[in-house]
Amino acid sequence: MALAELVQYVATGLLVGGVYALMSIGLALIFGVMRVVNFAQGDFMMLGMYLTYFYAISGSVDPLLGALLTIPPFFVLGWIVHRGLLARVTGGGDPQRQMDAQLILTLGLSLVITNATTMILTPTPLGIRTGYATQAFALGPVLLNQARSYAFAMALVLAAAVYVFLTRTDLGKALRASADDPEAASYQGIDVRAMHGLAFGIGIALVAAAGGLLATYYPIEPTVAGNFIVLMFVAVVLGGLGSIPGAFVGGLVIGLVQSLTLLVLPFQLQNTGVFIVFLLVLYFRPQGLFGRRARTV
Amino acid sequence: MASRTRGWLAIAAVVATGLLLTFAVQERYHHRVLTLVFLWAAMGLAWNIISGYAGQISFGHQVFFGIGAYVTVLLVVKAGLTPWVGMVVAVGVAVLAAVLIGIPTFRLAGIYFGLATLAYPLIFRIVMDWLGYQEVAIPMKREQPGWFMQFNEPRSFDLLALGVLAATLALSRVIETSRLGYRLRAIRENEQAAEAMGVDGFRCKMAAYMLSAAPAAVVGAVYIHAILFIVTPEAVFGLLVISQTLVVSLVGGAGTLWGPLIGAALMVPVSEILDTTVGDRLPGIQGVVYGAALMLIMLYAPEGLYWRVRQAVRSRAGRGGEAARSVIVAPPADDAVASAPTQTVLLQARGVSKAFIGLQALSDVSFDVREREILGVIGPNGAGKTTLFNVLNGFLIPDRGEVRFLGQPVTGLRPSALCRRGVGRTFQVARTFPHLTVLENVMVGAFARDAAVSRARVAAMAALARMGLADRAEAFPGGLTTLELRLMELARCLATAPRLVLLDEPLAGLSADGIDVMIAMIRRVRAGGVTVVIIEHTMQALLRLADRLIVLDQGRRLAEGAPGQVTQDPGVIEAYLGKRWLARLAAR
Repeated sequence: MALAELVQYVATGLLVGGVYALMSIGLALIFGVMRVVNFAQGDFMMLGMYLTYFYAISGSVDPLLGALLTIPPFFVLGWIVHRGLLARVTGGGDPQRQMDAQLILTLGLSLVITNATTMILTPTPLGIRTGYATQAFALGPVLLNQARSYAFAMALVLAAAVYVFLTRTDLGKALRASADDPEAASYQGIDVRAMHGLAFGIGIALVAAAGGLLATYYPIEPTVAGNFIVLMFVAVVLGGLGSIPGAFVGGLVIGLVQSLTLLVLPFQLQNTGVFIVFLLVLYFRPQGLFGRRARTV
Repeated sequence: MASRTRGWLAIAAVVATGLLLTFAVQERYHHRVLTLVFLWAAMGLAWNIISGYAGQISFGHQVFFGIGAYVTVLLVVKAGLTPWVGMVVAVGVAVLAAVLIGIPTFRLAGIYFGLATLAYPLIFRIVMDWLGYQEVAIPMKREQPGWFMQFNEPRSFDLLALGVLAATLALSRVIETSRLGYRLRAIRENEQAAEAMGVDGFRCKMAAYMLSAAPAAVVGAVYIHAILFIVTPEAVFGLLVISQTLVVSLVGGAGTLWGPLIGAALMVPVSEILDTTVGDRLPGIQGVVYGAALMLIMLYAPEGLYWRVRQAVRSRAGRGGEAARSVIVAPPADDAVASAPTQTVLLQARGVSKAFIGLQALSDVSFDVREREILGVIGPNGAGKTTLFNVLNGFLIPDRGEVRFLGQPVTGLRPSALCRRGVGRTFQVARTFPHLTVLENVMVGAFARDAAVSRARVAAMAALARMGLADRAEAFPGGLTTLELRLMELARCLATAPRLVLLDEPLAGLSADGIDVMIAMIRRVRAGGVTVVIIEHTMQALLRLADRLIVLDQGRRLAEGAPGQVTQDPGVIEAYLGKRWLARLAAR
């Protein structure tokens, strides 16, 4: 096998992984702040793809811009979903029961969104036609699909923006404080419930934007969430549940693993590599590559 | 005994109702709905064994459903084997799969377990696609329809499905009323407390997982023959299978065999009717209904309908009926004299060291515990007292050093194994099984010695009586006072028939009267021939109680000896008691 081929696979994997990374950051933020495993994350991504599509069809908005424009409405939607649904599930004070109940609630939400979208928008796959979807940048012998390259660059920019927000702004610091210790944060005058709403809103907005970027090169259909939700879980677990830089790296690694699996396994088995990595991480390092919090005895 | 017969009678009534419906119903479509109700109820019951009783929420239980379907059908296709035999093979494969999945996965706790279970059906889906089994149809066998489970009469499928349901109900009932059932519920409520009471968490969860894989495989096999006729990876390993399982179990209520039954009887007809009436115009209506049902139940009755209704009925019936509760008083110091410590060494700790990240919790701690003594372990906060207990009863493995019990090295044994050898313990903050009655809490301890439920109940009752709690047997831990909770923990620990008990601050949070009662009870424990090691902050109480004291400070053994001697030790007074004590002693 030529070295160029290997580089090609690595490059493709990283490009795809950038978008996975953006999706996974949203999931990690929600888990880190709220301790909620959001099963419906993939469905919000799917809705983001559709919104980007409608922007493109009705206003001929370029999907790269459309992806950015999904952020405000999905932030509001996330806030509402948190206020109206998740904040109402308490589990009677037992954190494990609350986690289970919220996970099942979001599973229900996921079923409703997937199937309601099928009912309303029909299962027919849609696509956004762009000039760059079929073009490639050539770096010597290595070809980089243009749509994926742009999506990758945008994902990096958005991830960097989130990072700056979390580390440099007061609101971001309050958010991190609520994640570390909700009780202590509330003693400092931080409205933890509002922070949860904020985290859920941002998490949903990020995954919707990632969906918009994905829509530049991936077919849009109601059941698309199923292909990605598990990848997001894997990326987040890989990075350490709740760690945002971890989720970012996790997303890149998933893209790489998917791409490199093709070197040794047939196409249908592409995702087995991902799941094997997932199980290996769970068994041998459940706190993830970047996890701070070890499980207590 | 009466409740035992009642349980079986209720199951018989359910099966009789099922039979009645099967013969009352005429239309083919109604038969189909009936078959589906029976099968989904059985599938929910299968899931309930591991996720309801044991509380290990599995999001991948369709793995076994799919294995049942694929193995049975592939055996018909490839080997011409009848599904009646194929089903048995499929159960074997599913149970084997449960072992292979369980070994690594049960090392994970909580949310990690749930996430890991998600991956297995996805892997099976991919592998089945890759093996070329995207669509496997059941070959028609017109000559021997019955032999190949291809009945013309839809009623036959009803009866088959009802049989599967009846068997799963019976299995659930047997588990619920056996030692395993009590242990699984203890694991769900508090796995560490269960482990300390002699419950081997891993083995129990594995047993439950295997027992829940078997009916799921049978349901999968029957479902293919009765409903689908063609196996596809999506249809048997897909998310809709687990969603439907979760819906029937959670809407009805997990942790009881009636939950999935109620859930299936409600949800399956609703979704079927919607599917046939508006399903053409609105594909996906079933998914919307299931999803909405999951959301509504989590928002308004997360424990499920069965528990919600039961609670309502109980609180209506039990209003104002609170029995007068007797005040627990200290028992007379009857036999305290007959229980002097012997010189036999029961437990030896040698050079025990344990470090956590950046903290040496224990360094080079050595001491002996003699038979039938009361040994007090004192020391300021953070001295390493609880860490020492965690090492002694197996929750922690020391970095260096050795613990011997009855002359045998026990370092590295699980707490459950240590419990069975005779080391019991209580916790600093009482760890109860909140949804089990006081009696059932103590029975979990008694099961360490006796597998028979009736004998464990007698032993538990005796332990409760010894601690003065007999009239609280049917209460739930949530309704107990601090003193009663501590006594219940002590009774639960005694029910394991220990040689040695480790009591972690049993006097904390008690009133002066409560302390008197507790001290008398601890003396009574020792009078029964049990050795006691006790951690305490309150010096005065321990001076009254202990034969010997060990003082820990910053993970080191500072002093050891008779109480009077230790309290005279200037090092101890300086480091632990402070200068005020020194002044007070001087003034005497």
